[in-house]
This record gives sequence, C-alpha cells and structure tokens, in this order.
Amino acid sequence: MYPNDFRYTKEHEWIKVEGDEALVGITDFAQHQLGDIIFVELPAVGKELAVRQPIGVVESVKSVSDVYAPVPGVVAAVNEELGQTADLLNKDPHGKGWIVRIKIKDKKDLDGLLSAGEYEKFLEGLEH
Amino acid sequence: MKRTRFNELHKSLGGKMIEFCGWEMPVEYSGIIPEHMAVRTKAGLFDVSHMGEVLVMGKDALAYVQWLTPNDAAKLEPGQVQYTALMTPEATFVDDMLVYCIGPEEYFLVVNAANVDKDFSWIAGHAKGFAVTVENQSDAYSQVALQGPLAETILQPLTDIDLAAMKSFHWTKGKVVGKDGRVSRTGYTGEDGFEIYTMDPDPGVLWTTIIEKGKPLGLLPIGLGARDTLRLEAKLMLYGNDISDKTTVLEADLKWIVKLPKGDFLGKPVIEKQLAEGLTRKLAGFEMAEPGIARPHYPVFFEGQRVSEVASGTFSPFLKKAIGLVYLPFEATPVGTEFEIEIRSKRTKAKVIPTPFYKRAGKK
Repeated sequence: MYPNDFRYTKEHEWIKVEGDEALVGITDFAQHQLGDIIFVELPAVGKELAVRQPIGVVESVKSVSDVYAPVPGVVAAVNEELGQTADLLNKDPHGKGWIVRIKIKDKKDLDGLLSAGEYEKFLEGLEH
Repeated sequence: MKRTRFNELHKSLGGKMIEFCGWEMPVEYSGIIPEHMAVRTKAGLFDVSHMGEVLVMGKDALAYVQWLTPNDAAKLEPGQVQYTALMTPEATFVDDMLVYCIGPEEYFLVVNAANVDKDFSWIAGHAKGFAVTVENQSDAYSQVALQGPLAETILQPLTDIDLAAMKSFHWTKGKVVGKDGRVSRTGYTGEDGFEIYTMDPDPGVLWTTIIEKGKPLGLLPIGLGARDTLRLEAKLMLYGNDISDKTTVLEADLKWIVKLPKGDFLGKPVIEKQLAEGLTRKLAGFEMAEPGIARPHYPVFFEGQRVSEVASGTFSPFLKKAIGLVYLPFEATPVGTEFEIEIRSKRTKAKVIPTPFYKRAGKK
C-alpha cells in the first residue's frame, strides 16, 4: 500500500525524492479520511517553503485541510491537472494525485521523516 | 452522547459517527457525493430520530399554535402538514418546524434536534391563558426519512398505507414493516419522499428492511453530510446558519410562511413594520464566480465594505459548483449582483443566482 521509496509525515503527507527535487502529496489514509476531494488550492511556483509551511489546501465536500511542506525547499512545479480533476487525490493518491514538486534545500532534512513501515505502524496506533 | 435506536445499525453499515447536537450520528457511510446522488436519482434512507417532537392538545390548541407561528394553522385539516416557525416577538426564529394537524384539538410539532429543550421551554412558557397541555415526546419517537424518486416504489410493499393516494404535505397513521406509526409525504432534500415516525421501542427492523428492500434499486443509507448538501441545493433552511433569533422571517426570504390575515401572532407587528418600511438585508443564494468554495462564516464584502459572513456554503454535488446562502444588503440581492467572499485572505468573486438552486423535475 505505502511505497517503500517514499517518506511520510504524521500529518499524512508523502514525499518521493527524484534527484534534487521531490514530489509531495497526501497519503491514501488521508484521502480516505477526507472523502471525495473536489478542490485543491496550489501554491505559486517559486515560493520558498519553510518546513511545515502550508503548500496547499485540499477541500472535500465538507472539510478544508492544509497540506504542509515535509521539508524546506522551493516550489518547482504544481500539478495543474488537479484544477480540473481534484479527485485524482482520491483515485491515485500516491501517483497522479501528486500536489507539488519541490526543489529540496538539503537532503538531510529527510532524515526525520517516517519510512513506509514506520508510517504503517503509526496508522495502526491511530486505529486502536 | 445520546444515541438513536438505530445507532448500532449505522455502525454495522460502516457509518462514520460524529457528535451532532449531543447525539452520536452518522455523517457519512459510502461518501457524501454517492449518497447525495443516490437521493437525487434513486433513494436514500436517513435516521432523523434526533429531531424533536412536541404534542399540543386541548380546546385552545389551534389558537395557541396560531399565536406561536406566522403560517395559518387554521387552514390545516386533520391529515395535513405545514412548514412554519416559532417566532419571537421580534419576528426572528426560535426555530423552524413542521406542524401536523392530528385533529382540531391536537397538533404535533416537529422541531430541530439542536433546539428541542429551548423550543419546549418556549412553547410551554407561552401557554398561559390557553387551555392546552404540552408534552415533549422527543425521547419516545424514532424517525426515519426515505427520500428520492424511488421512495414510493420501495415503501409501498412495506406498508398498509396507500401511498399513491397521499399528497405532498399530508400524513396518515399506519403500519410500516409491522410497526405502528405516522407516515407523511415530507422531507428535507428537495425530493419526493416520506418521513416515518414510530414510538415502537424496538424499531430496528424498520431500518434494516427498508435498506434490504431498497438496496437492489440503488438505495443508500445517508448521513448528515449529504443531508446538508441536499437541503442546501433545495434552499431549505438550516437553523443556526441561515435562520436564527437574529434574523427575521422576512429577511430569511420566507414571506410565504407569513399569513397576516389570520389574526394576531408573535412577531406580527415587527413583520408589518418591515413590510411597510422595506428590508435592509435579505438572504440570497449565490454561486462562486471564481475558483473556491465558500464555507460558513467566511467574510463577505459588497462594494468594498464588509457586510456579513457566509450563512451556508458548500460544493453542490448535483450542480457540481460551489453554492451558498448569505445575508446581503437589500440593494445587493437582485440576481446577477456580484460581491466578494474572503477565502483564505483572498477576496473571491461570487454572484447572486436564482433559488432554489435545485428543483426536481415535474414539481410545480
């Protein structure tokens, strides 16, 4: 379920490193909790991000949730497709439903994030 | 937290439970959008047992209901139902409600869950001088709503009532799945449908049988989430959001429930004054003219001035756009007027559109 080459946060974001950049999205658990997602607000390309700074807003019919930067960086690209098809976050949260691509400042910042196994264990704790 | 008699059944159907007005209720089962669409195109079943029921009996029952409400309860024959309100002397809302005429000396009032205690105190507190008894029966009643174009098809085999003969806003006594109760052709979704009230202490089979018989036809259990989006599309009021003790019945655009010729009633002088002087603000329907979804309490601006906040606002699953209701200065309420709603510190364009946002085909 949760890809091994991703890192995760306890706020249910994932990050997938590709060279100096990384894709960021929300986890399958998060999209389940939110329900049908119908609107995603994206940041401006070039925006500087401090860690835990909001990078976007995900809205379902009933809820509004911030998405945070898992690591510091600069917004390199945003997933423009979400403007028309926000439900990609429900249908393919770990793939086509990516939200932003960021240029990472320092890869050491990834060290504090959860592995797939640690995230799954964290989720088990939430369900009990 | 209070639980309805269907609580365990919601959990077994996978209902996501939340606290609502002191009740543990399902907010959704399969998702707000599929549930919403099921009610618009097939059918949906709601547990609305948290609603309040108040019985008014006595020789002055009609005069008393007339005094408390703006609509004309004298027009009701036994077997009829009316949408009306409990008015303050300021012509604002204690609550909105349904009045069922049981007989000339017996009326059954159905009020919002959030307001049961307040309403009962209000009603009982105004009984002086009227030969009536007032009884809060809320805890004894369970209530389900079966809504949607297939509601009659699904319910008919389960009841001894001739549903085809029952007109909108009428009710009758009868049995549903062997349980005694009242069935009315009413609801809060903008669709055809029925509300079923029973005092049976063990009504579970009512829920499970309707689910079982309706499922092959596309019926889904519906949570509070879709109940809210359905009622908003049909521009049905939500107490606390769209109407309250701070908004008058005329400001809420509910003039159709005000019947001045019926005689005196609480709030009438204020209504007459507002009619004579005109309104300064009114509830209007809007859609977003730029991307964004307006939510309750978002700040609202007209001609650069902050004028109010969003009353109700959501994404409409049927119309697939962001809609809502807002109190605007009267001059801003004509259809087509543009104004702004602040969404996360950005002023976003919205415009007034006709309401109801959704009207079912064939309904006059």
